Amino acid sequence: MALSTEESGRLVALLSGQDERVTTRWTEIVTSSLRGRLSQAELRRQVQDLHRAIVASGEQGTIDLSADSAAELRAALSELSRGRARQGFSATETTISVFALKDVVAELVQEAGGADALKDYVAFSKLVDEMGLFTFESFVRTRESLIADQAEQLLELSTPVVKLWEGVVAVPLVGTLDSARAQVVMERLLQTLVDTGSPYAIIDITGVPAVDTQVAQHILKTVVAARLMGADCIISGIRPQIAQTIVALGIEFGDIATKASLADALRHVLRLNGVETARRQPRRDI
Amino acid sequence: MERVPILKIGDILLVSIQLDMSDQTAVALQEDLAQRIVDTGCHGVIIDITALDIVDSFVGRMLSTIASISKVLDAETVVVGMRPAVAITLVELGLSLNGIRTALNVERGMELIAAAHADELDYQLDDEPDAETATP
Repeated sequence: MALSTEESGRLVALLSGQDERVTTRWTEIVTSSLRGRLSQAELRRQVQDLHRAIVASGEQGTIDLSADSAAELRAALSELSRGRARQGFSATETTISVFALKDVVAELVQEAGGADALKDYVAFSKLVDEMGLFTFESFVRTRESLIADQAEQLLELSTPVVKLWEGVVAVPLVGTLDSARAQVVMERLLQTLVDTGSPYAIIDITGVPAVDTQVAQHILKTVVAARLMGADCIISGIRPQIAQTIVALGIEFGDIATKASLADALRHVLRLNGVETARRQPRRDI
Repeated sequence: MERVPILKIGDILLVSIQLDMSDQTAVALQEDLAQRIVDTGCHGVIIDITALDIVDSFVGRMLSTIASISKVLDAETVVVGMRPAVAITLVELGLSLNGIRTALNVERGMELIAAAHADELDYQLDDEPDAETATP
């Protein structure tokens, strides 16, 4: 939906004729909607950028948001919505910054009058609608990429592989285990086994809130893969309720060693390695 | 046709697979290995697959066959150096390489064979108590 050349010309004349007044009025309307969460100067700068971009693209003939000539306008709009999305404004508060232009244009058109006033206003407001939609879309895009980044960071954070003893590594799993996370855990664990040359791995599921057949399947796959590479896995941290669920669901861990706590698992591995743990006489302070 | 080299280290034969296996190379490797086990009287075979990016059902079957042949000739087979990506793929495919022992690297594989062989030696020593003391 593009404005014809005459309409664009009239819009540009309206906007650039009284640019000081347009930006002031525009800033006023936006300020009232944002309730002082952004400084007047900052808003004014953003509004001026937009205003300049509209006038610039209008001077090249027709204003068409999807055309190459409007690249600057599109950049200004996405810049605005990216900034707002990162600062935590809502979608309404972001798009209202663009829709405020309608009010400004309405006032200007009314003052100018003329035979084509209504027709012009309808055409202008369509353009503003389009700009609003564009803003909204880039707002959503920014938000989505933020969420995706955070999810990835969470994935990185939540799967450490720690070395417990010479030749023994442990993965303390915290949080629900879905396919994506299970894959990351498996890759991390196997890579660590290769890097450290550890023949034993302990998977601690104390922090896993629920174990269903799918989670068990993921854990079993990890254990089998580790075995294929020549390392032994022990599952530890099985809470009483989880033990009951596992039995009720009929999940079979086969010949995989399972222990109640990480300490038990470590002791089991050390014994397999031929390391004996003995209690010494505790030291007494006299 | 390229042949896979078989190296003898002490009481162990080391096979390092560095090339893509075809039917012919697999058969040649099986023949060579069987011959070498009989010639040298080794009790352990280590197959190093560190260089293999892909282990499919064909390679899996070849490894199983080699393990069975070695078993018949009284040699223990250990597959070492499987990459994480290969292990994950095998698990996803549902291939578990039954009957094949695995170790993380050649060093661990040698320890494994030494341990298995030591058990056997103990057993033999029970029959002849002074077999070890007789050798200087």
